[in-house]
Amino acid sequence: MRKIAIIGNGISGITAARHLRKLGDDEIVVVSGETDHFFSRTALMYIYMGHMTYEHTKPYEDWFWTKNNIQLLRVWVQELKPEEKQLLLSNGEHLSYDQLIIATGSKSNKFGWPGQDLPGVQGLYSYQDLELMEENTRNIQKAVIVGGGLIGVEMAEMLRTRNIEVVFLIREKEFWDVVMPKEEASLIGRHIIEHHIDLRKETELKEIIAGDNGRVNAVVTKSGETIECQYVGLTAGVSPNINFLKESGVNLDRGVLVDRYLRTNLPDVYAIGDCAQFSDPLPNRRPIEQVWYTGRMHGETVARTIMGKDTAYKPGIWFNSAKFFDIEYQTYGHVWNELKENEQQFYWEHPGGKKCIKFVYHKESNQLLGVNTFGIRLKHQVLDQWLGDKRDIFYVLKNLREANFDPEFYTRHEQEIVECFNRQHPSASITIKSGIFSSLFS
Amino acid sequence: MRLIQTTGLILFLLGFAIFIGSFFLSNFQITKEQLEEVLTESEIKTLEPHLQHMVNQEYGSNFSFIHDLNQTFIEANEFTMETYGLSKVDLEAIAGSSGASYPRDFSLDVLDQVFNSGDEVDIFKKKAFTDYGGWLDQRAYESREGLLGDLGSVAENFNKYGIIGQKGFDKYRVKDLKYELAKSSSTGPVKDSPWLFLGLTYALGILGAIMYILPKIKSDGPPGIRNNNIHFSPMKHRGWLGIVTGTFFISFYIFLYYFPEYMTNWIIMVDPVSFLLKGSPAGRFFLYGFLYTLTILVMGTRMLINYRHSNYQIARTISVMFFQTSFAFLIPEFLLRLNKPFFDFKNIWPLDYDFFFDNELSTLINSGSLGIFMLGWGIALIVLGVPILVYFFGKRWYCSWVCGCGGLAETLGDSYRQLSDKSLKAWKVEQWMVHAVLVFAVVMTAGVLYTYWTGSSEILGLNTYGIRETYGAWIGAGFAGVIGTGFYPLMGNRVWCRFGCPLAAYLGIVQRFKSRFRITTNGGQCISCGNCSTYCEMGIDVRWYAQRGQNIVRSSCVGCGICSAVCPRGVLNLENASEKSRFNKPVLIGNDSFEVRE
Ligand SMILES: Cc1cc2nc3c(=O)[nH]c(=O)nc-3n(C[C@H](O)[C@H](O)[C@H](O)COP(=O)(O)OP(=O)(O)OC[C@H]3O[C@@H](n4cnc5c(N)ncnc54)[C@H](O)[C@@H]3O)c2cc1C
Ligand code: SF4
Repeated sequence: MRKIAIIGNGISGITAARHLRKLGDDEIVVVSGETDHFFSRTALMYIYMGHMTYEHTKPYEDWFWTKNNIQLLRVWVQELKPEEKQLLLSNGEHLSYDQLIIATGSKSNKFGWPGQDLPGVQGLYSYQDLELMEENTRNIQKAVIVGGGLIGVEMAEMLRTRNIEVVFLIREKEFWDVVMPKEEASLIGRHIIEHHIDLRKETELKEIIAGDNGRVNAVVTKSGETIECQYVGLTAGVSPNINFLKESGVNLDRGVLVDRYLRTNLPDVYAIGDCAQFSDPLPNRRPIEQVWYTGRMHGETVARTIMGKDTAYKPGIWFNSAKFFDIEYQTYGHVWNELKENEQQFYWEHPGGKKCIKFVYHKESNQLLGVNTFGIRLKHQVLDQWLGDKRDIFYVLKNLREANFDPEFYTRHEQEIVECFNRQHPSASITIKSGIFSSLFS
Repeated sequence: MRLIQTTGLILFLLGFAIFIGSFFLSNFQITKEQLEEVLTESEIKTLEPHLQHMVNQEYGSNFSFIHDLNQTFIEANEFTMETYGLSKVDLEAIAGSSGASYPRDFSLDVLDQVFNSGDEVDIFKKKAFTDYGGWLDQRAYESREGLLGDLGSVAENFNKYGIIGQKGFDKYRVKDLKYELAKSSSTGPVKDSPWLFLGLTYALGILGAIMYILPKIKSDGPPGIRNNNIHFSPMKHRGWLGIVTGTFFISFYIFLYYFPEYMTNWIIMVDPVSFLLKGSPAGRFFLYGFLYTLTILVMGTRMLINYRHSNYQIARTISVMFFQTSFAFLIPEFLLRLNKPFFDFKNIWPLDYDFFFDNELSTLINSGSLGIFMLGWGIALIVLGVPILVYFFGKRWYCSWVCGCGGLAETLGDSYRQLSDKSLKAWKVEQWMVHAVLVFAVVMTAGVLYTYWTGSSEILGLNTYGIRETYGAWIGAGFAGVIGTGFYPLMGNRVWCRFGCPLAAYLGIVQRFKSRFRITTNGGQCISCGNCSTYCEMGIDVRWYAQRGQNIVRSSCVGCGICSAVCPRGVLNLENASEKSRFNKPVLIGNDSFEVRE
């Protein structure tokens, strides 16, 4: 029986632990300084907004860990000593291991702005950040958020539930247009404004200023404008949380460098999740993937390798999802913010301006390459299949009903979408397959 | 906007305060005429001597009035017992002189000598002894003690069951009379102007509620899920306000079911409505139905506004509002007006636990073809309606689209759905408890039908009337009412449906084993956030399934669709589809690193 230590009880570390337990009976110790139990980081916003309590965000009841014989240690790891196969813990003790998984996640980016460490200025990543935010935003009137990504928009939504005025500074022309094509980016932008967020496009932060009490009091933008506020949220991305590994001898770049098997340069040491960086990334994939789903898949995969079934990380078709205030977003395959050469797109937007769908397909072969959908739910399984089978846009539109995942009685738009396509491509004249009655008695 | 809402809240609270105030706001004065109206002639004779001091006496509070009334019935019954009870002396006399020789055969003929005066009391005692002690006739006894022993048990039975039922006031009659007397002898402002009070309470309350609710369309921002601050709310997170509200609900039900005589003012207030609808005065269940329906309509409007972005929620809410207003409230009242049996066409046994009670059956059978139709309809719902509709749509067709209990849970109770317990332990308790109630309901009904057909009230040593009385008091009133609704702010809005409703158990068994309904999960999209589980009113840990890509097939799921509505990643969908795909292998799409999933 080996002793497997896992640093980090986030989705990647915990998934690894669960799968290790499923596959064998080694001793498993999960170490984390953040919380006693695994909770869903993606739900942090809902705790602040009062939708849920911390307890609700724990995906497994507390007895689960004892029942599955997974030991949990609430302590920080200060140092990795690979020669002795030991971890030095913040309580002064040592933890030895036979196999080690590093799954330490991320921390918020700070770009050296003057005043970025003032009281009242913070990022949002950990449970402690959330507690701090609760403190920092008590009885304040106005906040500034810097950096327009997913966490930024979540923070804006959080603050609005406390009736705090929000000024949202984004460097880009449209919200998140480094990832989103412009139609979608502007749709979200409009929705953000509808929620009474003061969205300032193409505005960069220059410095953060303290007031007499030493707390943040205002920010100054690069154009010289001063915006008074009592809170600043820094949400300009995250980066791997690996400082404690600097001296350990494990190869680092921005993250812990790993091969396709999630192995580091050190024997018996693996890295997964947000903190792992592929030295040789897969085509069309980023070297560091900071999403929930990939963290989970890393965990599933590394457990097999450690159990002796060497398994390379081979993610399937890319997918992701998010919610911007009330608008749900899903994506399958690849939709880049700019069309690539050989790519063509078809975009449909509902007259109400809160739903849209975009298909990107190959210019010559018409093969579907990616889909973005807002306000319409699609079936993951169907899109995965279509993209995997290299279906063309005509097939996809014709069968679009099959892919819908909206609740019953929702207004369906497939007909409109296909008519719109036909108008733009008169030669296509696609007729949509009706799906309503076939499904009732299937 | 805020101003309208605040005014609304104030008006609502004012209406509510007047409603509560009116509970204490009556005087009572019993007159001779009222006694004659409410009591039978012989009852007056029995009661009058003990009631003398109450007649024409003014009472300023329901508590003192009912206290005295209680006293009156106790005294009257004690007196009756003394008068008509078989005393030791009677028994000694029946047993004959101690000098008689044993063994000997006992004969009932002795009664003619013992009860020989020919007055009413003797005639009664003689008949009663013959009824209860007939089995002693011609029995052989070894000793006088043996005989006395048997005589004693006859007397005991008779004193216990025979006298009060025939000559005094049994507990049911006492309950009715207390209520009737209180209602008819009540005086005061409410009695004088019920319309005014109807306006000051209901109209004001509804107006206030609507003023509070409607502006949410604008003040809550664009349509979408707004569960903001729920877990900080003193009302929705078992805070002080939730406890106060729960206490109010619980007290209301306790008075309604067990002490209706105290709430006569509330009933008098709705008399005018009752007269309009069915041409006769209101009873406590009219009040209940009226209040219940209004609550569903007002809180249903709130639901419609909160979920105005979801057509599923809109359709479902309109459906429960419709079925409550028409099927549960108006149609039965109109039927009464037409002299037809009171009948709720959507209520199904065993939720409708008295459907097979002898009095109910006789009413239906004696009401001509309509009655027979009702009987057939009720049975068809049980044997055909439930399985067929659950097969096609899941139990939701009933529980969250039609049912009255469900209707209240989904409207008034919506704010409390997050309070249901999601633990595995709670699930275990639930399975055990709800099925136990189902068994109880079936056994109780079997006993009732046995008695109906055979006339014998005893089966396997159990008294069928006893069983049905226990069921009615503990399950029908206690569990479904007091706990079912009273505990909304404490344990969530489906306590009854989840732990107690025998119909839900029956629907659930069909749903689990033979149905096309399931909640599907969307590939690998779940982020384990927990919104679905938190807002599941049935306490299903939805996330547990979603995060491993497994369809949710659970007997308890009422298909309210809220998990799907609150899921921020579009993971959950309520579907009816081929049974084959129902129990899927848990699969999370997206990882091609290995083929076969463990
Ligand atoms: C607010 C927010 C919203 C998000 N929403 C989404 C979303 O909607 N969809 C999505 O796909 N992704 C989302 N993400 C990203 C997603 O949460 C992360 O990609 C994912 O949680 C990473 O998981 P992980 O297991 O790699 O690391 P983490 O979840 O970060 O877990 C790492 C753990 O290790 C602990 N740790 C670190 N260093 C040490 C040490 N030295 N000693 C001991 N313990 C240590 C940390 O405290 C932490 O508990 C969101 C992130 C945030 C912050
Ligand atoms: S609400 Fe949706 S994303 Fe959140 S746990 Fe449930 S299914 Fe998963």
